[in-house]
Amino acid sequence: MMIPGVDGFMYPNEVELQWSLLIVLYPFITGLVAGAFILASLERVFNVEAVKPTYRLALLTALSFMLVAPLPLQLHLGHPERSLEMYLTPHKSSAMAMFGFVYLWYLMVVLLLEIWLEFRAEIVQLAQTTTGMRRIIYRALTLGSMNVSPAALRIDDKVGYAVTVIGIPSAFLLHGYVGFIFGSIKANPWWSTPLMPIVFLFSAMVSGIAAVLLLYVASMKVKKMAIDMRCLDTIAKYLFYTFCIDFTLEMLDLIHRTYESDESFRSLDFMVHTRLFFSQVVLQICMGTLVPLFLLAANQLWVFSEAARRKMYVTACSLTMIGIFAMRWNVVIGGQLFSKSFLGYTTYKMDFVTREGLLPGIFLMLLPFAIFFVLVNLLPPWHKAKSNATVGFGD
Amino acid sequence: MDITRRDLFTIGGKILVLASVGATLEQIVGAEPPSDAYKMADHWWGMIIDIDKCIGCGNCVRACSKENNVPNGYFRTWVERYQVEESTGFHGEGKLPKVESPNGAMDGFPPLTADDIKSFFVPKLCNHCADSPCTQVCPVGATFISPDGVVLVDSDYCLGCRYCVQACPYGCRYLHPETNTVDKCTLCYHRITQGLTTACCENCPTQARQLVDFKDPKDPVHEFLRRNKVEVLKPYMATNAKIYYKNLDGSVR
Repeated sequence: MMIPGVDGFMYPNEVELQWSLLIVLYPFITGLVAGAFILASLERVFNVEAVKPTYRLALLTALSFMLVAPLPLQLHLGHPERSLEMYLTPHKSSAMAMFGFVYLWYLMVVLLLEIWLEFRAEIVQLAQTTTGMRRIIYRALTLGSMNVSPAALRIDDKVGYAVTVIGIPSAFLLHGYVGFIFGSIKANPWWSTPLMPIVFLFSAMVSGIAAVLLLYVASMKVKKMAIDMRCLDTIAKYLFYTFCIDFTLEMLDLIHRTYESDESFRSLDFMVHTRLFFSQVVLQICMGTLVPLFLLAANQLWVFSEAARRKMYVTACSLTMIGIFAMRWNVVIGGQLFSKSFLGYTTYKMDFVTREGLLPGIFLMLLPFAIFFVLVNLLPPWHKAKSNATVGFGD
Repeated sequence: MDITRRDLFTIGGKILVLASVGATLEQIVGAEPPSDAYKMADHWWGMIIDIDKCIGCGNCVRACSKENNVPNGYFRTWVERYQVEESTGFHGEGKLPKVESPNGAMDGFPPLTADDIKSFFVPKLCNHCADSPCTQVCPVGATFISPDGVVLVDSDYCLGCRYCVQACPYGCRYLHPETNTVDKCTLCYHRITQGLTTACCENCPTQARQLVDFKDPKDPVHEFLRRNKVEVLKPYMATNAKIYYKNLDGSVR
């Protein structure tokens, strides 16, 4: 008797995939958060002047995606109304139980606090200059603190710096921990590797940096403002270095698996050559990694015109985003396509208008951009220099 | 007659003394027979399966499905048929066994097409591991090991995140399509705590599978483990599985 979509033998309960597209989005989105934040932190902690134009943009990008990050998980649960139990009665031995706490820590203590401190002076200024609804919003956002004296701003800056310093390991924790959720499952040889958290972390940085570069270029286009090429070159350079580490780690994993050729190898190797061939070999490795790496490397070796560089960076970053998404897909979906008996393979059938289907997936991917749009309207990230001057002589 | 406050206290005090004496008497005399109650601490459940005795009839699968209202297409227990060709051990010639389990063997198996091939049946169910990876990962502790060694799911508490399904090396868990919570073999907990055996063991015509209690010194399991060469599934997973198989072939996963 043949089961449609199944080749060989699957344990009967394995035929249906448990983790769907939404669980692919979760590490993809948290990866963007962690990556964007780490890029922002570079400027602050390591004082990289060149990437300054993207500092605030990166923070807002991180927040936009962070607010959406728990939604795919929530939608995927069989009983979303019970999700609060993870906070109230967390199971201490569960990696997943940590999620709520890591998330809250990162969102509340790190991201919101840092953004508030960074924008506080402008919020106060806007609370005094705007009218109507906006005034009420800005007044609320000041949290009652209207003091923007130079001494107060110096304190803001100091505290902000401290938060950033705490934020870097927190961002590492946030995404490294997502990797651990997969890497610690000994039943699944496709996931179970101690490299998983660090591979997740570096791929997160790659995707976050690429996302910020794309959003920066797009914002400048929309705002009809000049793109700071020194900034773009520097971000591209960081992307190249991070990508090199990420690619090395992923290849290390691949070579290690191939060389060891343990019991699972034949099955996984077959899967990569058949069902995962397009998403793993074509999308992730060739299109999503080798091509962008080549484009970025070329810019380290040769000098191109500004227009050419812009095009190359944008192409490289767009392909990178596709590649990292494919990587998340290959981990999450790929890890469920083969039987734990290593004797067969199943197929992922994506629904469209169901709770875990493509439509909510698309919606969840668009939502951060809507939030981003609202956030940049509320807290314009582009007038730092001007507003600094205004605030400096303000009340 | 006037009842003063003092009287009220006196009467109340007397009633309290009488009631407590009565309650104590009831405890001493024993209104309920105390010994019959099921004590979780006295048991440590598992199962022994004799591969050579299983005829692949699927009685266990049907009985389990009926007893536990297992939804169609999902299985708390199932039977696999292995057909293993001789492997020469030369490079590249290690043949994979042919394994099938049509509808979990709910209707048994079609006759074998190849003769002169090593073939046998492997009944499978939750291994009720003492170090179970599935209970370890549950974010809220909705799945747990009971004090008598049975891995259970609290369906009023399960979030339906399915992390446990991923963590089980044996494919024993599924999401119940109606409750949207994870479901699995309970070792017929509702039966074994009443002194009965599981539905699958009860209906096995060859006694290929037997419920055992490792804490019962008179249980045949002790003799079974002493006299036979036994193995658990995927021993390298170190889950301390409590389903022991007699004469399990090395090809079984």
